[in-house]
Amino acid sequence: MISGTFHTSYRSDMALRRTWIERLRLGLFIAFIVLFPFVVRKPYPIFLMNQIGIATIGAIGLNILVGYTGQISLGQGAFMAVGAYTAGILTARMGVPWWLTIPIAALVTAAVGALFGIPSLRMKGLYLAIATLAAQEIILWVVTHWDAVTGGVDALVVPPPMLFGQPVNTDFRFYWVIWPLVGLTALLTANLFRTHYGRAFIAIRDQDIAAEVMGINVFAYKLLAFGVSSFFVGLAGALIAHYRSIVTWERFTIETSVLYLAMIIIGGLGSISGSLFGAAFMTLLPAFLTNVGRALQGVIPGMDELIPYLQQASFGLVIILFLILEPEGLRKIWQDIKNYFALWPFSY
Amino acid sequence: MDTFIQLTLTGLTNGAILALAALGFVLIYKASDVINFAQGEFLLIGAYLMYASIVQIGLPWTLGVLVTMVIAVLLGILIERLVLRPLIGEPIISVIMATIGLSSLLQAIVRMIWGSQPKSFPSFIPSDPVNILGATVGADRLWAIGIAAALMLFFSLFFRFSKEGIAMRAVADDQQAAMSMGISVKKVFAWAWSIAAVTAAIAGAIVANIVGVGPHLSHFGLRVFPVVILGGLDSIPGAIVGGVIIGLLEAYVGGYISGSLNQVISFVVLVLILMIRPYGLFGREIIERV
Repeated sequence: MISGTFHTSYRSDMALRRTWIERLRLGLFIAFIVLFPFVVRKPYPIFLMNQIGIATIGAIGLNILVGYTGQISLGQGAFMAVGAYTAGILTARMGVPWWLTIPIAALVTAAVGALFGIPSLRMKGLYLAIATLAAQEIILWVVTHWDAVTGGVDALVVPPPMLFGQPVNTDFRFYWVIWPLVGLTALLTANLFRTHYGRAFIAIRDQDIAAEVMGINVFAYKLLAFGVSSFFVGLAGALIAHYRSIVTWERFTIETSVLYLAMIIIGGLGSISGSLFGAAFMTLLPAFLTNVGRALQGVIPGMDELIPYLQQASFGLVIILFLILEPEGLRKIWQDIKNYFALWPFSY
Repeated sequence: MDTFIQLTLTGLTNGAILALAALGFVLIYKASDVINFAQGEFLLIGAYLMYASIVQIGLPWTLGVLVTMVIAVLLGILIERLVLRPLIGEPIISVIMATIGLSSLLQAIVRMIWGSQPKSFPSFIPSDPVNILGATVGADRLWAIGIAAALMLFFSLFFRFSKEGIAMRAVADDQQAAMSMGISVKKVFAWAWSIAAVTAAIAGAIVANIVGVGPHLSHFGLRVFPVVILGGLDSIPGAIVGGVIIGLLEAYVGGYISGSLNQVISFVVLVLILMIRPYGLFGREIIERV
C-alpha cells in the first residue's frame, strides 16, 4: 500500500520522473509516438499528429512566457511569422540548407521576441497584453508590406527539404523531424525550471516586486523569458514553413495568437504536459467537427457551409466553459484521474 | 485646404465612432477591471440588429433603433451574468481569455444567422453631400459626429447627476466602500455591460449606415485599444479625446503619407504611449504595493 512518495537519496529526489509508474507512463507515451505512424498507415492521422507536434512546441514556448513567467502575450502569431519567414527566406532566396535554417530562425525569433519584451520593463498584466497586441499588429503589418523581403501578401514558396536526395516533407517523413524536436523542447523546458533561471521566472510570476526584493533582476529575466519563449515559438514557425512548403501571412494573424493562448489555458498554465494536452485538444476539435459535419451532410442539408461557423463557435464556447468549470485545464483533470487511481480501490 | 477639411471631417467621424465604442470599453474597465475584447462584436451585433429590424422585418427606423437598444441591453446583462460573474476574482488572463472566447462565439453566431457576405444598408440618416468650407462630405458623417457628441453629453450628465451613474462611479472608485454604502456591485456590473452594449450597438448602426453591414465591422474591437490606451483605460473624457485624436491621426496619415500606413500608425502610437505614459492622458496612475 502506497501512502506517499518518499525519497531516500538526493538522486531520486532530483529526478524528473520519480516513481516507476511515472517512468512507465513516459515509456508508454514514447512507445505510442514511435509506433503511431507504423500502425496507422494513413496520411491524415499522421498529418494531424504533425500538426499537434508543431502546436505543442509553440504552446510550450508560449507557456514559458505566460504560464511560468506570468507575462501575457498576444503576439504569438507574429513571433511564429518571424520564425516561418526567416526559415522560408533563408531557404528559398539564399539557399541555406533547410536543417540549418531551423535553429537560425529560432534564434532570430528569440531576438525579435526579446526586443518586443522591452515594454515589459514598465508594464504588466493588462497593459502588457495590449502592448503585445500592438506588437502582433505591427510585425504582421511589416510582413505584409515589406514586399522586397517577404513578398508582401503573396505566398512565399519554400523548396521542399531534401535529405539524401529525397524530399522530407511528406507526412510520414516529417513526423520524424517534428516529434524528436517536441521531445527535445519538452526536455529542455523541464530542465529549465530546475535551474535558477527557471526559478527566477516562477518567482516573477508569483510576485514580481517580492522577486526584485529577493535580488532577482526582474527586467533582465523578463527579457530572457521573452527570448527563450520566442526561441521555441520561432522553432514551431520554422517547422511550419518547411512542412507546408508555403508561408502565408494569413496563418499568423491575431487568431493564431488567441488559438495558442487557448491551448495553454485549456491544457493548463505552467505545465509541459498541459501544453501537449491543449495542443492536441485544439487541433483535434476542429478536425472532429469537420468530420462530424461531413457525416451529417446527408441528414442536415447545408451542413458543410455551417462547419466553419460551428468551429468558431465551439472554439469560443470551449474557452469559456473551461475557464468557468475547470480553470486549471486538462492537466488538472488528468491529475484527478491519476489521484483517483493512486489509491484505487480504496480511495476516499 | 480642401483635402485638409475633408480629412478632418473623415477623421472626426471615425473618431466619434471609435469614441462611442471606447466609451463602453472604458465603462466596463472602470466598473469591473475587465478588458472587453468582445467590444467589436457588440458593434457588429448592433449593426446586424438594425439591419434585421429595418430591412428583414420592415420596422420603421425609430422602432428599429428601440428594438436594437433593448436587445443590446438584454445581451449585456446576459453576458455579465453568465460569463463574467463566475470569473470575479480570477487572474487577469482568465478574464481576458473569457472575453476573447466570447468574441469568437458572438461572431460565429452572427455569421450563422446572417452569413458572412457584406450587405448594403438602407440609410436612415440622410447622406446627401454637404459643402463645408469648400470640402464635400456626406451628411451622414456629420450626423454621426452629432449623434456621438449628443450621446457623450448624455452619458457625462448621467454619470454626473443620476443615482445609477453616481453608484457606478462609486464602485469604480472603491468596491468595498461602495458596498458598505448599500450599493449593489452586481447591479452596477450589469449596468456597465448593458450601457457598453448599447453604445457599441449605436456605434455599429452609425458605421453600418455609412459603409454597410458585414462581419468586418468587428475590426473596431481591436481599433479601440489605441484609443483607450491613449486616453487612459479608466477615463471617460479620455475615451472621447483619444477617439478624436486617433481618428484624426489615421485620417491625416492615410491622406497625406500612405494609404496603408494608417492601419498600423495607431498601434505605433499605442506602443509609444505605453512606454512613456502607460496610464494615458487622463488615466489614474496606480501605485502598487506588495
